[in-house]
Amino acid sequence: MQKILYAAACAASMIGPALAQDLKIGVVVPLSGPPAVLGKQVEDAFRLAVEDMNGEVGGVSTEVFVVDSELKPEVALTRVKGLLERDEVDFVVGTVFSNVLGAIVKPVTKSETFLISPNAGPSTLAGRNCNPFFFSTSYQNNQNFEVLGKHAQDQGIKSVFMMTPNYQAGRDAVEGFKKFYEGEITNEVYTPLGHQDFSAEIAEMSEAGAEALFTFMPGGMGVRFVKQYRESGLADKMTFLSAFTVDEATLPAQQDAALGFFGATSWAPSLDLPRSQEFVTRFEEKYGYIPGGFAMQAYDAALLIDSAVRAVGGNLEDKDALREALEAADFESLRGNFAFNNNHFPIQDFYLLRVAQREDGKFWTEVESKVFEDYSDSFAQDCKMK
Amino acid sequence: MSELPVPDLAPVNRGPLDRSLMIGLIVLGLLAIMPLLSPILGGDYMLSLVIKAMIFAIAAISLDLVLGYGGMVSFGHAVFLGIGAYVTGIALQEGVYGAFPILALVLLISGAFALITGAISLRTTGVYFIMITLAFAQMVYFSLTSLSYYGGDDGLTLWDTPEVFGMYLFQTGSGLFYSTLVLLALIWFFVWRLAMSRFGRVLRAAKQNPTRVGSLGYNVFVYRLIAYVISGMLAGVAGFLLACQAEFISPSTTSWQISGHLIIMVVLGGLATRNGPLLGALFVVLIEEILSQITHDWRLIFGPLLVLIVLFSKGGLAGLLKNKRATG
Amino acid sequence: MNSTILLIQLLNGVQFGVLLFLIAAGLTLVFGVMGFINLAHGVQYMIGAYLTFMYYSWTNHFLAALALGLVTALVLGLLLEELIFRHLYTRDHLDQVLATFGIILFVNELVKVIWGPGTLTLPTPEILSGSIQLTENLKYPVYRLALIAIGLFVALCLYVIVTKTRVGMLIRAGASDSETVNALGVNISRLFMIVFGFGAMLAGLAGALAAPIFTIEPGMGDNLLIVAFVVIIIGGIGSIRGAFIAALLVGVLDTLGRTIATDAMGLIFDASAANQIGPSIASMLIYLFMATILFFKPQGLFPAQGGAR
Repeated sequence: MQKILYAAACAASMIGPALAQDLKIGVVVPLSGPPAVLGKQVEDAFRLAVEDMNGEVGGVSTEVFVVDSELKPEVALTRVKGLLERDEVDFVVGTVFSNVLGAIVKPVTKSETFLISPNAGPSTLAGRNCNPFFFSTSYQNNQNFEVLGKHAQDQGIKSVFMMTPNYQAGRDAVEGFKKFYEGEITNEVYTPLGHQDFSAEIAEMSEAGAEALFTFMPGGMGVRFVKQYRESGLADKMTFLSAFTVDEATLPAQQDAALGFFGATSWAPSLDLPRSQEFVTRFEEKYGYIPGGFAMQAYDAALLIDSAVRAVGGNLEDKDALREALEAADFESLRGNFAFNNNHFPIQDFYLLRVAQREDGKFWTEVESKVFEDYSDSFAQDCKMK
Repeated sequence: MSELPVPDLAPVNRGPLDRSLMIGLIVLGLLAIMPLLSPILGGDYMLSLVIKAMIFAIAAISLDLVLGYGGMVSFGHAVFLGIGAYVTGIALQEGVYGAFPILALVLLISGAFALITGAISLRTTGVYFIMITLAFAQMVYFSLTSLSYYGGDDGLTLWDTPEVFGMYLFQTGSGLFYSTLVLLALIWFFVWRLAMSRFGRVLRAAKQNPTRVGSLGYNVFVYRLIAYVISGMLAGVAGFLLACQAEFISPSTTSWQISGHLIIMVVLGGLATRNGPLLGALFVVLIEEILSQITHDWRLIFGPLLVLIVLFSKGGLAGLLKNKRATG
Repeated sequence: MNSTILLIQLLNGVQFGVLLFLIAAGLTLVFGVMGFINLAHGVQYMIGAYLTFMYYSWTNHFLAALALGLVTALVLGLLLEELIFRHLYTRDHLDQVLATFGIILFVNELVKVIWGPGTLTLPTPEILSGSIQLTENLKYPVYRLALIAIGLFVALCLYVIVTKTRVGMLIRAGASDSETVNALGVNISRLFMIVFGFGAMLAGLAGALAAPIFTIEPGMGDNLLIVAFVVIIIGGIGSIRGAFIAALLVGVLDTLGRTIATDAMGLIFDASAANQIGPSIASMLIYLFMATILFFKPQGLFPAQGGAR
């Protein structure tokens, strides 16, 4: 029995590295359950980028291995070890969620493989545990929330009701918002992760008398909350400030319930840059849905690898040279301004976004105003890298 | 207590003793030569996968002590994995690097937790016991997610490894492989001996007829509680190893999905058998990984596979193996 | 917190409780009468939602979609019973757990393959789409009130069926002593089929009714299944009355807990610690409640006579 098993394992593990390629890139994203929507954006955009480069990232024939993190740290770890030790990838692109990133960062960086995050950006990796083999093409997790806090402060919003899920990212969100916001916080509510019924929280909001709502409800939670919030009539009374709650991943389900609500990040599909618009058009043509920030960051990750591999002439052995080439960030980012800070997180512009309806009836986010220019995160000074 | 008659008991799910011993030793032997075979089986990746499988085998074997022999369906056993992992992770974070002090702490804390929750849970039986163990597991899970100082829901990456007098026996790679294998072999041996001992016979008899065992003068509650505590401590050791293998701790280790997974390993392998939990854990960990390489929608295959195994085999994989040998 | 908001929260709690009851009722019957642990019950809840979504996108009519969805949920339930579950009634509980877990894996993956991983929404039916101005700021959707009404109506029907009809008598007898029922010459396998199909349909109904509020996604039933188990354990396995009371208790406790826990912790700890501990306590509350009940009443609040296994 065992022998058969191992034989099968052996056969299965042979499927991967059958073709000898020059450049191998592993992509680790959630492809199971509801979070698969986000993982799919990353996978689709990354594949599109490789296709746009005619299958040659950095001028080198490229093979992409996509594995499912299942949003479970221990599962992701096993899969990543497969990428590193069986497929012997040169780069790992992942992850969407911070808890999975925490599980894979050590094995990847310890094997001196470059890890590029297309979304997750926990504060520890930006600060004291910054790593020479880790780069981010997204943002530090707190930043989008800092944008909202700054906006609320600038607009003179006097009181805010805060609601986020009860997990680390939810707490980071609250901390980020408070960085620039000095007005009154009427409530600080933490809901269970995957929360279904927001009626109790909405009732609290209706009594709190706050001028604005600040929330962070990613994925299905956002769909449910926005729908229930709109039905409660509160949308007419409180300004809706959010991140990852009304974005291209959730808008197809939220539709007009989210119309006029605010979000914040470093890019919107409507951004008025030729390169970006070309990407959005190509992406929609190929996959039939509007790309969100996750897709943009994944596409940029491919552009980054492309620029670095090109700079070192395809020589992947000299890690220091490769790192220098990555740090240079010598590529044209879809979001415009882009440079790496000492902690390998981007220095970039951030915008306040607003949900709008396109002429074809679909919903997306549009840039309302630029809140920060060339903005770097608050943890970079804790990072010892130069 | 020693003058009480030991309840007579037909051997439970036990084939000829030698054969099951042989199968177990063959499996362990195969595992032992894995590092030699690994270059042709996918390299270090295969090795780390097998380490993970062995760690889950330890947890499954410890669960079988209460689940199989004791008839107590614990739906919260992942908690002990979590406790083991968190004690290890927090100790490393706070500057305790010695493997033995950490292991002692793991045993102490998982044992204490088992003692307290077991004393409460064992007031109930059957499905009520299932749910109350789940309740405790959920409480631990929610506590860990709000443990912001140690990463909360994001978990904690461990940048250090426990050491044994300056040797990194628990560092990923062959060191951890052999440490895990040795612990697995010891625990595999120990649990079987325990189940076959006087203590185990009382435990097994109480599974079938608690009233009768009670009337013989045994305090069934105490026997069950001791089994529960031992089981919790052994699963804590698996948690320690898991932290070493993953170099990361996360509340998700204590989720009910993992507890369910452990039950599946034991039942699939064969309840209350010498090799069942061992085979079950190896099978589940490896088959999931192999199927997931074939398709991202591997659950479409694995789900029906579970149903078919239940419908067409009694006594799990161990039973299947035994039958084959018997007829062939 | 003032009394207005307390009343609103009670209403919200009752509404959640009613929904829990719809899921728990089938679960407790199947468990009580057949001694069968059906983990796939949550999947049946999900199937109800997806089917209604599918029929709605074809017919554009909520009630028609609901009716078609329920019939299909019933048929699928009976099919599962015929093909798989029936062979497991006499087996060990753990075999049942294993097999029904396999079904969860399969069906969750299947709906993802068919309908995609994303969250789907079902609009509220036209006639119930209005809302009541509850306070100056807060509107309460009529649909939620209708949900409560439907739940109470189903509870009443179930109560009448179980206490007043022949089938109900057999169910009660089955819950306490199925062997005797069998010995009396009752066609027990038909009884089981009826109970099972009925339970599957109730779960499907719950899923379909919940969809306009809670949205639809793969695995949506998994966490609710655990809560439904908590409900039937607190209520006492096999007891419809127990399930009803426990569902309301759990619904209200969970809802109120989420509003009060952080404030309550604020009385003991400073604000930031309270914000850490409060939400976790709120999530644990129903489990604490169950553990406490079991500590004092190891068979739940209303144990079926003789006790289902």
